[in-house]
Amino acid sequence: MVDLATTAWTRDDTADLLPAKDGNAIQNYMINFGPQHPAAHGVLRLVMELDGEIIERCDPHIGLLHRGTEKLIEYKTYLQALPYMDRLDYVSPMCMEHSYVLAIEKLAGIEVPLRAKYIRTMFAEITRILNHILNVTTHAMDVGAMTPILWLFEEREKLLGFYERVSGARFHAAYFRPGGVHQDMPDALLGDIRDWADNYLKVLDEMQGLVADNRIFKQRNVDIGVISKEDAIAWGFTGPCIRASGVAWDLRKSQPYDAYHLMDFDVMVSNDGDCYGRFMVRMGEMRESIKIIRQCLDQMPEGRHATLDKKVSPPSRGEMKRSMEALIHHFKLYTEGIHVPAGEVYVATESPKGEFGIFMVADGTNKPWRCHIRATGMAHLQAMDFLCKGHMLADAPAILGSLDIVFGEVDR
Amino acid sequence: MSVTAPEVGRDSWPVMASVDGVADHLRARLGDAVIEIVEAAHETAVTVRREALVTAITSLRDDPALRLNQLIDICGVDYPDRHERFDVVYHLLSMALNLRLRVKVTTDTRTPVPSLTGVYHVAGWYERETYDCYGVLFDGNPDLRRILTDYGFEGHPFRKDFPLTGHVELRYSEEHKRVVYEPVKLAQDFRSFDFLSPWEGTDYVLPGDEKAKPNG
Repeated sequence: MVDLATTAWTRDDTADLLPAKDGNAIQNYMINFGPQHPAAHGVLRLVMELDGEIIERCDPHIGLLHRGTEKLIEYKTYLQALPYMDRLDYVSPMCMEHSYVLAIEKLAGIEVPLRAKYIRTMFAEITRILNHILNVTTHAMDVGAMTPILWLFEEREKLLGFYERVSGARFHAAYFRPGGVHQDMPDALLGDIRDWADNYLKVLDEMQGLVADNRIFKQRNVDIGVISKEDAIAWGFTGPCIRASGVAWDLRKSQPYDAYHLMDFDVMVSNDGDCYGRFMVRMGEMRESIKIIRQCLDQMPEGRHATLDKKVSPPSRGEMKRSMEALIHHFKLYTEGIHVPAGEVYVATESPKGEFGIFMVADGTNKPWRCHIRATGMAHLQAMDFLCKGHMLADAPAILGSLDIVFGEVDR
Repeated sequence: MSVTAPEVGRDSWPVMASVDGVADHLRARLGDAVIEIVEAAHETAVTVRREALVTAITSLRDDPALRLNQLIDICGVDYPDRHERFDVVYHLLSMALNLRLRVKVTTDTRTPVPSLTGVYHVAGWYERETYDCYGVLFDGNPDLRRILTDYGFEGHPFRKDFPLTGHVELRYSEEHKRVVYEPVKLAQDFRSFDFLSPWEGTDYVLPGDEKAKPNG
């Protein structure tokens, strides 16, 4: 009989067999968390090995939403493949399109008018708020706060209204196109976005007042899932997750694209590296996004919404009625599509979740030879085992919520 | 090697710092491990010998001049006509220099590529994904399981010779009270449209046109 009080147990011992009082061995539990668990944020299956309530090992099983997007893209023309991007990270659709169109523009050397760059920058920031609203509120809900989701989803609905007014669709916008955007914005939209932005900051302050200093919220998040600067880099963290570990790395600043080099904004950093830090970084980023949106509204230049190159962007409807050449261009663009010169590029943008990259191999035809999607969430989810080890079972949803995982993107 | 700040404002795509002499630096640093260095579209891609991959990547990571501290991505590319049909592509990032570097190795269906799990933690799942989608083997990865495809899936779906529709489909069987797998049945043949150049004619014979002679 082993004297439990005097024996020093190492992790290896407990993971193996733990003698019980009556001499029978107790084994660690293995439990399935998901794939239909509401806190699993979609179709995540976590196979967890528990010692009592302590997580010993956590093995995420992904791929339950795998649709073979990268393979499908190889069978479509560049323009036909664009709507697949919306279906990747379906809570921030336009940011997914962003990397894809920039990759085509880089390969083909397409020039984009300044107005289109501003529109894309503004809608990328609207999308960032859209994404962060979903993440911070569901994260709060996972740890027991019900009200934020009810308050902020009202705002999210208004943002989806802006989506609908520019693209015709609330989610699957397919609005960003190579060479610009699909259609110009309605004039009244600028004023409506400005009114919304003024009001939103108040709502955000109220919501933050509810949870940020709340005792329960802090107990559930502070010092949970801590990751150091070095570990965050080694585990491939990007975006708010790496900024919460004290690395001031933001692709909008360091590798600016579209109109970001004209914008004045700050990079949010936290030195805590815990769930609370990641939450607060996202809250701060929403305020910075409002700053960028306001600058875009103030500086919005006149001009075209897409390039005049008819091999890339279609002619207007009116032109098509009058000009035979315009009609031919329209027909050729939507059947044959854009011919992209052979080459390889890797283009990454700062999506709301982190670095979202497209590695595109073009062979000179109208279809990509290979289009690899660098999903942000995959690196974050891989670190689940590292982050959860030694934590209580109830901490797993908090860690998962703070990583901002969306399976459309992870599984592709 | 000299680094100049990014030239912003002209192009829409992300601009990074431009580094002069990075190719020479790589040749000096990696020695005979280098097969080819391609600089195109402001990006540098270096192909290295497969056996020297781990030492080359470790040397790049620890290089004080480059400081490539993050492995961003690993993916495969399939060129079925080539002798070694797969490229395995590694994307490295240097936060200090604001520089990206692409490292490639080639392999075939049988020869394993050395695993990078000992160099960067994040390599584990990316190698699993490449193994799952292309069947590229990684020597030294402690957990080389399938990751994206179904439990018990057969084949490697992203290979160019794997059909887009796959081989099996599944449905719920009322008879067996479970999900069953069956060979794919297509209600209509899979159609691959050729829009490449309908104006200049095709370089193959369309079904039904066998008797027609070219040019009348």
